[in-house]
Amino acid sequence: MSRYLRTLIIVLIVLGVLYGVDIVFHGRLISPYFARIAMLSGIAITLAVSLNLINGFTGQFSIGHAGFMAVGAYSSAYFSVNYGVRLAESLGGGSLGWMVSLFLATIVGAVCAGFAGLVVGVPSLRLKGDYLAIVTLGFGQIIVVFLNNIEAVGGARGYSGIPIVKSFFWIFLIAILTIVVVYNIVHSAFGRALISIREDELAAEAMGVNTTRYKVMAFVISSAMAGAGGVLLAHFDGYLNPKSFEFIKSFEILIMIILGGLGSIVGSVLGAIVLTILPEALRGFAEYRMVIYSLLLIILMITRPQGLLGGNNALKIWRARRRARSAAAKAQIVDAPAESSSDRNPTENPPGKEHA
Amino acid sequence: MLTLENVSVNYGAIEALCDISMRVDQGEVVTLIGANGAGKTTTLKTITGLLEPRRGRVMFEGEEIGGKPTHKLVARGISMSPEGRGVFANLTVRENLQMGAYLNKNKREIADDMERAFHMFPRLKERQAQKAGTLSGGEQQMLAMGRALMSRPRLLLLDEPSLGLAPLVVHTIFEAIDEIRSKGTTILLVEQNAHAALGHSDRAYVLETGRIVMEGPSKQLADDPRIKEAYLGE
Ligand SMILES: Nc1ncnc2c1ncn2[C@@H]1O[C@H](COP(=O)(O)OP(=O)(O)OP(=O)(O)O)[C@@H](O)[C@H]1O
Ligand SMILES: [Mg+2]
Repeated sequence: MSRYLRTLIIVLIVLGVLYGVDIVFHGRLISPYFARIAMLSGIAITLAVSLNLINGFTGQFSIGHAGFMAVGAYSSAYFSVNYGVRLAESLGGGSLGWMVSLFLATIVGAVCAGFAGLVVGVPSLRLKGDYLAIVTLGFGQIIVVFLNNIEAVGGARGYSGIPIVKSFFWIFLIAILTIVVVYNIVHSAFGRALISIREDELAAEAMGVNTTRYKVMAFVISSAMAGAGGVLLAHFDGYLNPKSFEFIKSFEILIMIILGGLGSIVGSVLGAIVLTILPEALRGFAEYRMVIYSLLLIILMITRPQGLLGGNNALKIWRARRRARSAAAKAQIVDAPAESSSDRNPTENPPGKEHA
Repeated sequence: MLTLENVSVNYGAIEALCDISMRVDQGEVVTLIGANGAGKTTTLKTITGLLEPRRGRVMFEGEEIGGKPTHKLVARGISMSPEGRGVFANLTVRENLQMGAYLNKNKREIADDMERAFHMFPRLKERQAQKAGTLSGGEQQMLAMGRALMSRPRLLLLDEPSLGLAPLVVHTIFEAIDEIRSKGTTILLVEQNAHAALGHSDRAYVLETGRIVMEGPSKQLADDPRIKEAYLGE
């Protein structure tokens, strides 16, 4: 019971902080330029962390994340334009109305993208091997071609007139939700099964893991989250263009998680932030963006092939080192005649036993 | 308990197993020996459903299992320690063992089984928090066997557990096989180390290029001049 209470308190605090920051952003206390980058980072985090679930933790190689993002973006935009606006207005047109409307739009986008993930995932994940890469690549292209030709959503001209709901609150709520969901999956029996598939698919199968089903489940969840990221983007600028979902976008998300480290959630968050800020900093060199990304990747592969935080999680190493250091320090204290002081604190390990 | 009836298996046009018949009875240790490429791993993969027989039947406890999905066999009581060990390199020893008990939802039983695995291989206990990929080859083999036992199998399939191990470690592995059998688990042991395999089993089959060329009690085969020459290097 107290665990639920604790979770509830944490949730309330997070919501409170987000809401507070939201007000700060809206009150123009912060430059709109900075606010924009912060929000784009939030969207990028959703995309990167969700892709990491499939590429980093499950070890399947998807290179069409932008395609699922597009499905989420366009389906939710269609919903908002045709129903959401009316709904928000019938609820008074205030921020509550928009919240409800955006909430429903997010569900629509995530469900559609998740369904697309199911359609793409079932045939390609039944097979062992890199079929997913090929199929997702194709899917990403097909979606763009489709969107270019569907007049109901603007075709190649782009889809405009989508209600703009620039909400820091909503963007980071989704980002945090994505992180929490992925974190919980990874640290559950389901997650251990996914990681075992990454490590050795046949062995995982031999343990009784229905690998096809688990891969598909992870892929659908990941796609749905990408869809939610697309929803955020659609309502951020109020305008969508099929061009924004071309291969380069999938590639960008891929670089985020490779840069941060496959299989590291913190790494993905970091990668997402870096790759959102970097293009802004490199504004003048827009044409060279791909060159710079590629160079970045090459340098990374040479110096840190596991990514910034991948493999031996830097945080863990740092913590282990600190623990070792404090243990060493305590061991020295034992030499001095100050032993009895530790008796008062029952939670502390008795000095000297640290090495056991 | 397990029977293969006239099983043939193909990789495309290549026939890897040709009309194989064999059986493993409850409580036995049966070994399948043969040179590289004879089809030993193929036989195990056929039993575990990773390959589908082109002809013939694979029966387990009276039910046909040929071509059934691999992950369903664990629940039926078959467990495999794969060739090359297949430990989950980036999971710890403890997590690997937990994966072995994947279908078991009873935490108490899992804890008991883990204690048992640690008892059988004390080295694993010392290294339980270590990543499996950093274990030595022998330790990885112990882990693969311990992990296979975590699902409480009635039939344990071992694919070349002594492959590439030092004599002392091979000894440990075969002692463990004796211990596992003494607790009532039936074992099908695939080996190239014919000497040790024949010494620790009841019956044996000899596989040559996809065909069973000899079978019988292990003691008898160990004394057979042809076996001595071809597999025991005497
Ligand atoms: N996936 C595959 N595709 C085609 N041929 C294969 C495949 N796997 C195995 N073979 C062939 O089938 C034959 C039997 O292989 P198998 O792995 O069963 O041998 P083995 O007895 O286990 O050998 P080893 O002792 O070296 O492990 C070999 O000739 C091998 O080349
Ligand atoms: Mg083999």
